[in-house]
Amino acid sequence: MSSSIESLITKEYAAGFVSDVEADTLPPGLSEEIVRTISEKKAEPEWLLEWRLKAYRRWQTMPEPHWPNVKYSPIDYQGISYFSAPKRAKPLASLDEVDPEILRTYERLGIPLNEQKMLAGVAVDAIFDSVSVGTTMRAELAALGIIFMSLGEAVREYPDLVRRYLGSVVPYSDNFFAALNSAVFSDGSFVYVPKGVRCPMELSTYFRINAADTGQFERTLIVADEGAYVSYLEGCTAPKRSTNQLHAAVVELVALPGATVKYSTVQNWYAGDKEGRGGIYNFVTKRGKAFANSKISWTQVETGSAITWKYPSVILQGDNSVGEFYSVAVVNNRQQADTGTKMIHIGKNTKSTIVSKGISAGEGNNSYRGRVQVLPKATGARNYTQCDSMLVGNRCGAHTFPYIEVANNSAIVEHEASTSKIGEDQIFYLKQRGLSAEQAVSMIVSGFCKEVFKELPMEFALEAQQLLGITLEGSVG
Amino acid sequence: MALLDIRGLTASVGDKPILRGIDLTLDMGEVHAVMGPNGSGKSTLAQVLAGNPAYEVTGGSIRYKGMDLLEMEPEERAQAGIFLAFQYPVEIPGVSNAYFLRAAYNEIRKARGESEVDPLEFADLMEERLALVDMDPVMLGRSVNTGFSGGEKKRNEILQLAVLEPTLGILDETDSGLDIDALRTVADGVNKLRTRHRSFIVVTHYQRLLNYIVPDVVHVLAAGRIVRSGGKELALALEEKGYDWLTEGAPAAGVSA
Repeated sequence: MSSSIESLITKEYAAGFVSDVEADTLPPGLSEEIVRTISEKKAEPEWLLEWRLKAYRRWQTMPEPHWPNVKYSPIDYQGISYFSAPKRAKPLASLDEVDPEILRTYERLGIPLNEQKMLAGVAVDAIFDSVSVGTTMRAELAALGIIFMSLGEAVREYPDLVRRYLGSVVPYSDNFFAALNSAVFSDGSFVYVPKGVRCPMELSTYFRINAADTGQFERTLIVADEGAYVSYLEGCTAPKRSTNQLHAAVVELVALPGATVKYSTVQNWYAGDKEGRGGIYNFVTKRGKAFANSKISWTQVETGSAITWKYPSVILQGDNSVGEFYSVAVVNNRQQADTGTKMIHIGKNTKSTIVSKGISAGEGNNSYRGRVQVLPKATGARNYTQCDSMLVGNRCGAHTFPYIEVANNSAIVEHEASTSKIGEDQIFYLKQRGLSAEQAVSMIVSGFCKEVFKELPMEFALEAQQLLGITLEGSVG
Repeated sequence: MALLDIRGLTASVGDKPILRGIDLTLDMGEVHAVMGPNGSGKSTLAQVLAGNPAYEVTGGSIRYKGMDLLEMEPEERAQAGIFLAFQYPVEIPGVSNAYFLRAAYNEIRKARGESEVDPLEFADLMEERLALVDMDPVMLGRSVNTGFSGGEKKRNEILQLAVLEPTLGILDETDSGLDIDALRTVADGVNKLRTRHRSFIVVTHYQRLLNYIVPDVVHVLAAGRIVRSGGKELALALEEKGYDWLTEGAPAAGVSA
């Protein structure tokens, strides 16, 4: 293991700093008035305001779900501020006009927005609290007809596209947190890749929560037109704070016939301290709709957040469509995760693959929850699920809740599961070869997660591996 | 000064005493064989030298290169040049042999104040060391010991020894489960690594391995004590007469070695 990883293992949550940026923050509380104000601040068209209001009214009638295997004190929805934006006089004409303090924040996180410094082949959109502060590489993408911008901008510049697809995969009435998001969503990324175009670079969004006592409610919409290909990655960080912060995002993917959408997440929200104080509540709805002969692939590495509640799913609507879900979820100290996927087979000869790796350390609690559903017309549907749990120490928990519903006799559904414990003998073996206990655990866990890491773009696979090491810091004596 | 100086060493597993007072001195460049019947404590001695936390040292002292070995963590011992070739090498699924070996190699280099090597430099080194143990380079891409045959695992241990270049190599029943061809390859590898600056402790139940790795000193362990030390002819005598003539009257230590 390299010295850079070693230095990372001995580091605390490195993204836990606060940036001193003047912000325009709405007072705490949620009402129709607040929803209108958010819409007004963003100069939105009438149809979008109406959509938000419908969502808000629906949300008021919905109970907060308590079926996930996680425990937390009640959330005071009136105690949260639903909008916070870095203050600025007018819309930005270019990245040069972004508050230098924000640019410094991203540099400290290792995400330079200055295009000259960009990693070759990655375009970045940066979301700071509620708004996008800048998108790089736009000109290169525009030459191919690819739209990559903040959702707020897209509403103004491409209203028809947004209107057509917004809520088409996750309707505002979908669930409690999706309804809340639909009412108050701030910003997020919008991607459209035209017919037959293969997006030549990774598209990436970096989400940063900075302001205290605010929620972050971003919404991402990705549309790959017929035969198009796009690979997208999101990363997330937040300052260390002793109170919990709510993050309720929605991501919608649309893969039109023959298209491929690959969506990767490296989630490193602040996880709270060793006693479980503070940290992000990461309650997220992610879903993709796959039309005929298309493919949607989710890869997630979840190392942060006090609580993670998310099930990136695929509706396999078209014949021969493919859905994939590769997941690593790590919990340490008092972290809790209830995560998994849903694969809904509607079309004929649809295929899905689920590979889930859960790692529990400290007093962390990790649950895999998955649903594989084969509807009556899904002749020839095929699913393979592999669900592995690894325990580090003896105070943590690993749980598996697989639901399988098959209504077509020709379907083949496989489920494999395993639970293992990091062996003292494995750690001793590696220590005998000169590695520290922490390096040993990090190596064993990385090996355990290999099948998922290989699905990540190269540079992010390394980052994910390093994050894993940091998350498990102190989990062995 | 001796490389290794063990005085009155006692050790237990759980409540069970296994080592009941070991005295052993080994000089630089020497090869010592530790023989003995099952349960005599010879594998325990190997594990205790490497610092396995499953064994509790209850008394005595071990000095290595003048340092108090018992105060050192297993990784510090490894970095100071102690290498244990395990009797049962452990599987690490998903971690490639090459990645693991380079990580270990770099840790040991760092401890010596040397710079780390990159994958390309390391590949050159591996090519040379693989030849030493007659191992297929394909094995480098496979996960550490995962799905390896018994012989492949033992060969992999000797490959690691060849790469990490310890000062003191401890072979814990490296011969067990090997057929005669594999035994020869492993022994040839070890012999090529014998120098004036490297010592070995060869733990074995059978004399057979010592035909190939010829020791300077043979110790016979019984019930947690060294009951006889001598030259290589002692091993031959054991082959002929068995252990009984040395161990009669000594109570068994209990746990299988």
